[in-house]
Amino acid sequence: MDLENPIAIRVRGITNSFGDQLVHDNLDLDVRNGEILGVVGGSGTGKSVLMRTIIGLQQPQAGSIEIFGEPMTGADPETELDLRRRWGVMFQGGALFSTLTVAENVQVPLREFYPDLGQKLMDDIAAYKVLMAGLPANAGPKYPAELSGGMKKRAGLARALALDPQLLFLDEPTAGLDPISAAAFDSLVRSLSHALGLTVFLITHDLDTLYATCDRVAVLADHKVIAIGTLPELLVSDHPWIQQYFNGPRGRAAMAAVDRHPAKEA
Amino acid sequence: MTGMADFVEDSGAQGLSVRLSGRLTLADLGDFPRRLEGLSATPAEIDLSGVDRIDTVGAWIVQQLAERTGAQITGASTDALRLMDLVRTAETEVRVRPDRPSPAIRVIGEIGEATLLSFKTLIGLISFFGEILIASWALIRHPRRLRMNAVVHRFELVGVKALGIIGLMSFLIGIVIAQQGAVQLEQFGAEVLTVNLIGRITTRELGVLMTAIMVAGRSGSAFAAQIGTMKLTEEIDAMRTIGVSPIEALVIPRMLAAIVLMPLLGFYAALVAILGGGLFCWVSLEIPPITFVQRLQEVIPLTDLWVGLLKAPVFGAIIAMTGCFQGMQVSGNAEEVGLRTTSAVVQAIFLVIVLDAFFAVFFTQIGWI
Repeated sequence: MDLENPIAIRVRGITNSFGDQLVHDNLDLDVRNGEILGVVGGSGTGKSVLMRTIIGLQQPQAGSIEIFGEPMTGADPETELDLRRRWGVMFQGGALFSTLTVAENVQVPLREFYPDLGQKLMDDIAAYKVLMAGLPANAGPKYPAELSGGMKKRAGLARALALDPQLLFLDEPTAGLDPISAAAFDSLVRSLSHALGLTVFLITHDLDTLYATCDRVAVLADHKVIAIGTLPELLVSDHPWIQQYFNGPRGRAAMAAVDRHPAKEA
Repeated sequence: MTGMADFVEDSGAQGLSVRLSGRLTLADLGDFPRRLEGLSATPAEIDLSGVDRIDTVGAWIVQQLAERTGAQITGASTDALRLMDLVRTAETEVRVRPDRPSPAIRVIGEIGEATLLSFKTLIGLISFFGEILIASWALIRHPRRLRMNAVVHRFELVGVKALGIIGLMSFLIGIVIAQQGAVQLEQFGAEVLTVNLIGRITTRELGVLMTAIMVAGRSGSAFAAQIGTMKLTEEIDAMRTIGVSPIEALVIPRMLAAIVLMPLLGFYAALVAILGGGLFCWVSLEIPPITFVQRLQEVIPLTDLWVGLLKAPVFGAIIAMTGCFQGMQVSGNAEEVGLRTTSAVVQAIFLVIVLDAFFAVFFTQIGWI
């Protein structure tokens, strides 16, 4: 429907502040259709606030947001609902409903938007989404309290994918995971976005994730997006924060890891 | 060309061929899956060339149909093939809910669990009481470890902030007792005994009992919810690792606040109830305030006051203990906090009323009638 529209998310002039603390000041950002955009920035630069603003959990003080060419700010409830079923959101801790099993969690958006699907089909859909997110088959009937942190994140991803969204928001998907699970999660996101043609808005601190999954990276600092581009483009930027971030010891280690295993980028 | 997911059956030389068309996506399914169940014969071919768009749900349905019937899939786009590949990994059976045993076994199981739970609660409550005693003894030996700030803060929350609602409640109860009492006593021409009724029932029973119920609802529930939430967010574990005893830091200040403030609140409630009753007597029965107070002095023995004031700290301790105990029992999820808060209030009120009955018999037996 919107494949001809090259921009999935268009953010213009967003201003957010809490009390007298300014978070975003006249922030612009474009997310292209089909790309995986990594969003990085120091703690407290408003990465999560930006995501919450885009998905409408927070009203910006100024500015406009368009998703798939439709205005999100000031949209009537019907348009907003229509947009909502075209994206999936994975929150940092998974944000699973604690009284439902993993599979029932996946069914919640299905039930909400397509109540007449039929229980059998709904169960089937939940089942293959659970497996698609890389969870073992026996995780389906488990409650969130019985899952490890990494499994909670995968369950959150399964729920985010429930409606076959075109747009996926991931908030720190690999934070708190061991390196093996984090690498597995990276390649899962990469392969899913490739197979499903997803546009992904990915907030992360993890340099390895940036190198392994992202097509472009946006850097948040000084209340704005100070730079956006592919990693090689960012590496030549002379902004001090970007230099520190990508050319610090961890940044160099992540780059070296990619150089050793270039296949991962493909 | 674009439209809802649809199909036509086409019988050819090789057998039945199902031609799918439209958008095979979650939003455009409609009753497509149900109609697909009712195919007239087993298809030999599934033709996807008429499909505009497909998502994983569509791929899953096609994949399932092909697998069930052994039909050939033809005309699939590269997208469709990729998605079917993706969902094919999902052949292992995944259950949605945990298994449910048969009703008969479930009933027996639930009875057993409930019995076990009540014994566990009883033992837990006793050992919690023991923990509190140990912590209190430690605090008596090292009084400096008592967190005065926390105690004062609890005093404010449990006591000062409750004055308004307890006052209002007691005032109204005083009026109700006076009014109902007067109606009954009038039949014997003994309206003047209304004063006895108000004075004795409020100081001896209702002042403290109603206050206990209000404190259980206001503060007992708050204790359980606060400590329960702290348990969920691992604050209690953090305290333990730092070497702070949660009993000393959280439970003792709450216990102290409830024990010290219950008698004060109870006394205050009794006074306000007497005020309400007196007002009713003055307005409705034309007993002037002076006479009312004089009669009160004559008819209320001092022991009535002692009965009320001796019960109050015990009730306070019970309320704080059940609240904190239930809070400490929280584990798992947010629903548990709600359940534990409810049981804190229910248990506290239940125990308070049971103990009140014991006290009533006890004080009567020792002659404080």
